[in-house]
Amino acid sequence: MLYDITIDGKNYRLDLNRVEGRWSCRLDGREVEVEAVLARADVLSLRIGDLAYEVKSERGANDLHLWVGNTRFAVELRDPRSLRGRSRAADDQGPRKITAPMPGKVVRLLVRKGDEVEAGAGVAVVEAMKMQNEIKSPKQGTVQKILVSEGAAVNAGDVLAIVE
Amino acid sequence: MFNKILIANRGEIAVRVLRACREMGIAAVVVYSDVDRAALHVRKADEAYPIGAAAASESYLNIPKILDVAKRSGADAVHPGYGFLSENAKFAEACADAGVKFIGPTAVAMDAMGSKTRARQAMEKAGVPFVPGTSHGLESFDEAEKVAAKIGYPVMLKAAAGGGGKGMRLVHAPEQLKSALDAARSEAERSFGDSEVYLEKAIVNPRHIEVQVLADEHGNTVYLGERECSLQRRHQKVLEEAPSPIVDADMRHRMGEVAVRVAKAANYTNAGTVEFLVDQQKNFYFLEMNTRLQVEHPVTELITGLDLVHLQIRIAAGEKLPFTQNDVSIRSHAIECRIYAEDPDNNYFPSPGKITLLQEPSGPGIRIDSGMYEGWNVPIDYDPLLAKLIGYGTDRDQAIARLTRALNEYFVGGINTNIALFRRILRDADFRAGKLDTGFLDRMLKRTEDKPVDPRIAEVAAIAAGMFAALAATASAGNGVAGCGSQAAQDSKWKAASRREALR
Repeated sequence: MLYDITIDGKNYRLDLNRVEGRWSCRLDGREVEVEAVLARADVLSLRIGDLAYEVKSERGANDLHLWVGNTRFAVELRDPRSLRGRSRAADDQGPRKITAPMPGKVVRLLVRKGDEVEAGAGVAVVEAMKMQNEIKSPKQGTVQKILVSEGAAVNAGDVLAIVE
Repeated sequence: MFNKILIANRGEIAVRVLRACREMGIAAVVVYSDVDRAALHVRKADEAYPIGAAAASESYLNIPKILDVAKRSGADAVHPGYGFLSENAKFAEACADAGVKFIGPTAVAMDAMGSKTRARQAMEKAGVPFVPGTSHGLESFDEAEKVAAKIGYPVMLKAAAGGGGKGMRLVHAPEQLKSALDAARSEAERSFGDSEVYLEKAIVNPRHIEVQVLADEHGNTVYLGERECSLQRRHQKVLEEAPSPIVDADMRHRMGEVAVRVAKAANYTNAGTVEFLVDQQKNFYFLEMNTRLQVEHPVTELITGLDLVHLQIRIAAGEKLPFTQNDVSIRSHAIECRIYAEDPDNNYFPSPGKITLLQEPSGPGIRIDSGMYEGWNVPIDYDPLLAKLIGYGTDRDQAIARLTRALNEYFVGGINTNIALFRRILRDADFRAGKLDTGFLDRMLKRTEDKPVDPRIAEVAAIAAGMFAALAATASAGNGVAGCGSQAAQDSKWKAASRREALR
């Protein structure tokens, strides 16, 4: 199996095969001696050479994080033969969606359609777990659209507004 | 002794009280809201009653519904935990009227402590030290100038009707006093319709230290040492420890005596906490009394060897305190981390959701009081406290070492938590030196920390990412070849997957 993997902006090509229970592994063309036990779902005990690592997998709705010890990595994984997995780089140009970082209730909208906002300016206040949190605009621009109303319940990732 | 106790709470504290009930052979009744059916306290209870919608006013704060459950279940006492109805004098009174014992102080004692002015008057009579200042509104600028000069700058101007920082001004020097007084007065007038402003000494970078007291219903009151609670964010405690790094035996004795005087002045019974502000010269000033069991009670339990919930129940049942002040001794050191469902990388936003993977630490000197479990969905409706991780050792250094080790074992997957924040606090040089104050955490969080990532570790992540994907592909392809390891669990998971495939 061939994988293209991006971690912290760095790309790796991993060629991973299992023959008769043994892994063979080439990372960016370099042979790596590796052995693994899946201790339970989402927990892999790895030996690379004689060094031991526990790696935990945390799969979100649309992202994947791996923990090696206490270090958390955002991981993008693509099968180079598949068209589906191609990533789109985050772009500061063009419209940006402002999403709810957690489920909650929209208690206040701080802008109206057509308003000019600075980067970091509050756009909406979402309440969850007794805390009110100001959701800020990621960029300077004009509020193009507001997709929620005050009092609305939102889920994590729901688009609140679009700033262009 | 009681036969059956109703626990009017949820989360880790409901589980904590439930455990005490079990240990004492008392049946435990719980209540739960619509979103808490699967909560841990319901799973562990002897009896469980639904009491309504998620909103606390419909459930955990609803006095008639909770008393109705007490009646239906035949509970002879109610433990309120902390938060919710725990400091509600009306609830304590309603319990008394319904013939159910409220495990806590009387409504009268709660009322005496609930009102700041009444509390201050009662405490002044008892000779309790307050932050120096005027206990009445300032008549004139002249008076303000005189008082400020007498107690020394910096001083704080405060609206008598105030709250939430409105009508408050910090004054560093005499020449700022006039404009600050005018501004505080007009802001107080605008905010509260009352321009009365008083003045007290500003305590710069205070410590927040509290003393645990216990009082039985026969006039015996003891103090159980102090807790250092200076590490706070947005006025919310984050980490507590006992004993305080700056309190010695003499100061502990003096603070304890004052705390006992406070409790006695209010005819206080059961467990309570007297909070103090402590300045840089170690002067301590009464702040307020919390008329409930505190979140951070475990650190006191670990350094005194006492079980506060057992004692609360025994006191409420009319028993005398089984020990005197002389029997209380402070040994070892304990530190508690409050594990919250919040995202430290994203301005500490709450982070509810499903816990996909939970690995809890164990081993020497570790205690966990938790309300979560793997597979549980953390609801958005309540306080984000998930669990408390407490480390203890013969001294502070050992407690820190054990806690650091345990934090490295702790893993909560699927939601964000503040676990990483504690690793950072525990390796902070000032924290290790015991140099704490209420501004500590804000200052620490302002400093960005460079964490260079070991490229070899990133490579491990890359290899593991491929392996997880390959294993998932194998599982869904259903060829069931257990190529890595020989774990039965993993075999059966793959077999199950292949069986599912075959049945399609």
